[in-house]
Amino acid sequence: MTTTASRGSGAVSAGRGKGEAAPGRAAIAARTLRTDRWWVAPLITVVVLVAFVAYSSLRAFQNAHYFSEPYISPFYSPCLTTACEGDTFPELFTGPAWISPAIYILLVPLGFRLTCYYYRKAYYRSFWLSPPACAVAEPHRRYTGETRFPLILQNAHRYFFYLGLVFNVILTYDAVLAFRDGEGRWGHMGLGTLVLLANAVLLWLYSLSCHSCRHIVGGRLNSFSRHPLRYRYWTVVSRLNAHHMRWAWISLFGVAFADLYVLLLATGTLTDPRFF
Amino acid sequence: MELERHTYDVVVVGAGGAGLRAAIAAHEAGARTAVVCKSLLGKAHTVMAEGGIAAAMANLYPEDNWQVHFRDTMRGGKMLNHWRMAQLHAQEAPDRVRELEDWGALFDRTPDGLISQRDFGGHRFARLAHVGDRTGLELIRTLQQRTVALGVDVFMECTVTRLLTDAEGITGAFGYWRESGRFVAWQAPSVVLATGGIGKAYKVTSNSWEYTGDGHSLALQAGAGLVNMEFVQFHPTGMVWPPSVRGILVTESVRGDGGVLRNSAGNRFMFDYIPDFFRKETAETEDEADRWYTDKKNNRRPPELLPRDEVARAINSEVKAGRGSPHGGVFLDIASRRPADYIRRRLPSMYHQFKELADVDITAEPMEVGPTCHYVMGGVEVDPDTAAARVPGLFAAGEVAGGMHGSNRLGGNSLSDLLVFGRRAGAAAAEHAEKRAGLVELAEQALADARTAALAPFEREGGENPYAVQSDLQQTMQELVGIIRTAPELERALERIAVLRRRVAALSVEGHRQYNPGWHLALDLPHVLLVSECIARAALAREESRGGHTRDDFPATDPEWGHITLVCTRAADGGVTLSRQPLPQMPPELAEIFAEAP
Amino acid sequence: MSYDATFRVWRGDASGGDLQTYTVPVNEGEVVLDVIHRLQATQAGDLAVRWNCKAGKCGSCSAEVNGRPRLMCLTRMNTFTEDETVTVTPLRTFPVVRDLVTDVSYNYQKAAQIPAFTPRPRDADGNHRMQQVDVERPQEFRKCIECWLCQDTCHVIRDHDENKRAFAGPRFLIRLAELDMHPLDVRDRRDAAQEEFGLGYCNITKCCSEVCPEGIHLTDNGIIPLKERVVDRRYDPITWLGSKIRRRPRD
Repeated sequence: MTTTASRGSGAVSAGRGKGEAAPGRAAIAARTLRTDRWWVAPLITVVVLVAFVAYSSLRAFQNAHYFSEPYISPFYSPCLTTACEGDTFPELFTGPAWISPAIYILLVPLGFRLTCYYYRKAYYRSFWLSPPACAVAEPHRRYTGETRFPLILQNAHRYFFYLGLVFNVILTYDAVLAFRDGEGRWGHMGLGTLVLLANAVLLWLYSLSCHSCRHIVGGRLNSFSRHPLRYRYWTVVSRLNAHHMRWAWISLFGVAFADLYVLLLATGTLTDPRFF
Repeated sequence: MELERHTYDVVVVGAGGAGLRAAIAAHEAGARTAVVCKSLLGKAHTVMAEGGIAAAMANLYPEDNWQVHFRDTMRGGKMLNHWRMAQLHAQEAPDRVRELEDWGALFDRTPDGLISQRDFGGHRFARLAHVGDRTGLELIRTLQQRTVALGVDVFMECTVTRLLTDAEGITGAFGYWRESGRFVAWQAPSVVLATGGIGKAYKVTSNSWEYTGDGHSLALQAGAGLVNMEFVQFHPTGMVWPPSVRGILVTESVRGDGGVLRNSAGNRFMFDYIPDFFRKETAETEDEADRWYTDKKNNRRPPELLPRDEVARAINSEVKAGRGSPHGGVFLDIASRRPADYIRRRLPSMYHQFKELADVDITAEPMEVGPTCHYVMGGVEVDPDTAAARVPGLFAAGEVAGGMHGSNRLGGNSLSDLLVFGRRAGAAAAEHAEKRAGLVELAEQALADARTAALAPFEREGGENPYAVQSDLQQTMQELVGIIRTAPELERALERIAVLRRRVAALSVEGHRQYNPGWHLALDLPHVLLVSECIARAALAREESRGGHTRDDFPATDPEWGHITLVCTRAADGGVTLSRQPLPQMPPELAEIFAEAP
Repeated sequence: MSYDATFRVWRGDASGGDLQTYTVPVNEGEVVLDVIHRLQATQAGDLAVRWNCKAGKCGSCSAEVNGRPRLMCLTRMNTFTEDETVTVTPLRTFPVVRDLVTDVSYNYQKAAQIPAFTPRPRDADGNHRMQQVDVERPQEFRKCIECWLCQDTCHVIRDHDENKRAFAGPRFLIRLAELDMHPLDVRDRRDAAQEEFGLGYCNITKCCSEVCPEGIHLTDNGIIPLKERVVDRRYDPITWLGSKIRRRPRD
């Protein structure tokens, strides 16, 4: 198999991680010679994600103030336990009282986002520093990437995508229900309706721009010309996919904001401006 | 003596398109084959070719066939081509292109799913198989991957400094690893030269540092002849600004896709430079020229697409007459003629090149361009069918071989030349090796001599820096043996070359042998110098203007010279001897092709 | 328009070396490679550097400029201020040969291991027929000029030399993607991608896409689609079942 005539040792020598030069490499002591502020981007990612996780955990465990007729917080939808406030979904079971109904629900979006090809980049870089930025040495001694448990489970992304679609349908349904007023009569629209609607749209954009989606609608084909319709879908999804990062962030803010809005209504801090 | 030794049947020097194609052919013929190249594999100058591979596949124009391609090639070369090479080239090019697809190449397609073909200067029909404007990259990558898949040995970053011969012909080659400076010798009955051209003899060139005429010089020193050396192609459109990118190529496809040349007054000056030879097939008005892009059947070609020598001379004249652009070129304008989208799609790497290198957006403003040394039509005199040189066991293909393109090469004919004659050279080399198997041996004395010569620059002290000598040589060639030549200037050039030869013999380099570019240059310089002398001598002898050779003191094309080629051989004193040789005459059935109206 | 710039260039070889400081004139419109050449011609005749086309087409003059993997011929001097020190070092991921030249043979070894292109037979008339939409996707990867900047920046091998055995690097993952998407190719390389070329090592942190001078979307268009294709084959019971029951080809 060797085709390029050898010029010295082709043997691969063991590296030592931590950016220390492996044998034979140029002796450069600095971890990086980058002169720009490469640490800014990962820092922002950490701050924003920590803030979101803190807020969403707080809200998920709070187990209150997630329903304000006719709006339900996306953190608690579909609310399937008998403990639920409001009456939006069939109450299917009674869990232990100390478990907030949000816990059953958040697992899916959490899984979807955790295995998302964009978020993986974001948190591998910012939390795991693997690597913190391009051409900046990572602090780990060993690295096996996504070759073994647990990270090999990242390959399950498409299942979370499918499940996520179910949630998108439900949240869209919630947004539709928000066109009713507090008494259940259709023809209502308040600021909350818009907030839920925007949230649903952003979640659709985020899900449909997903890399797995792109693969499933047409990316797996080798001959587009024989599947013109799927090629059209693929083209559309590809265009969305180019902005997957943008949709990932905006939809994250969207969900948090929708929840916050319901919280403010439920606690009476705010009254919903009503358009008609 | 520390020396790494290898034994092969065929050693190919150079890993551009011709070298790799030759290696594939030799390997397939059963020969143990090695490729030796100065750069890393896949970096050869072939990657710079942008336009496409000329082949009469008739995918877009059913009326295209090898005879038309043959005719275009001969006319482009002003009938000085070796007819048999031009014939083989035109006949075999389509098969050579198709086989690239079997090796993974992905050309742009026609709506029928066939290989798309584009228009180019001097070609009667759209004929260039292409991939955007990076066809050369596609070609080299395809051949590289094929070579690797076959398991051919490649000696990367390794320079051949001598060919070794005995009374029966080639016995092998001697060289050094650039990385370590250590010497290496290959024993082989066949050597294929595929070293490319001589562009680095000039100051403004589209060629990289590798183009130092090694193959030309090695062949000459081994006893082969160099033919047509006076013909050097200056590509009409090289970048002129900023100075650091001066000479870098702007592909002809810019003109093929609608770009036009304008002088400082905004005129499309090419209409003033249509030679009689091409008048019948060239548009006379801007309207007709513009209609041609959409209706090629009923209109004649824009004069911007005349053969390269015509366009280069026209630009040269405009600049000399004071109608040039601010930095001494002319304007190449596609921005005002095609939508930005179209330009980015059709010419992605040109867009990229100007944006990155010159900070110019070609979709918004015109480019500044001027002639740049691009290609040498001259090269090793070879047998058309086998690519064999005069020295038994020596073969040459691609730019280093002469005869195929006559006095001027058409765009797109280079990549097809590489493929057609690369394959022929590799196959013939394998056949020769089989006949000579077990009969060649390297002479120890010759190896010792080669080693001493290579180390000489380290032994000398207080000599000149090779960079300074190279720069003076390039200046001499640029000023005195450039696009427009005169006898007094050529004589002055030869005087200066004689002085430079003494300076080259006294070069010294600092440092040690491990990856030392100063030393590498010192070993390349004698090659450039020898080739420069061939060009100057042949240019002085040919007292006419034709193709890539323009004499201000003999501006007309002389029919007498149309039957004569000039051949350089090694003189006893190490210099160059020039002799006249009649051009082989084509058989009547081929001559008939030229009797028809165009 | 000319000024004197301060350059720090790594000089040395495998046995050691350091950054040496030079003051060198810079003219309008120049790129880092011009300045390195001027150093070579005037101050350091034996400064080792690889280069060929000087037009961003061959991918030879790869180095790290101020710590970032770049082609020196595509790094314009006007992207630095006149008083900024420009630091030029060799690619860190590969053993150094001398000065700015590194031993990139790792890449050529990996290239040789890729299962070769295997086309379906030609049509009866001797042609291969493919539609433009079908060739466009693999064509993007064939723009690769093999500058090895993606290989250099990839932390999998940059920071962990021991992974070179199991991981082929971004350049060869997109080569596998190219072959897998090639309309004529009939070979399945998905298991090889995962097992022999280390696709799983990639954690899609996208540095390869960031440094690519050709603007190839290595991650989004190459590596992630390849990961999804591997999921089809190895981790998706539905597709697996479908292929068993209906015996449909993978396309």
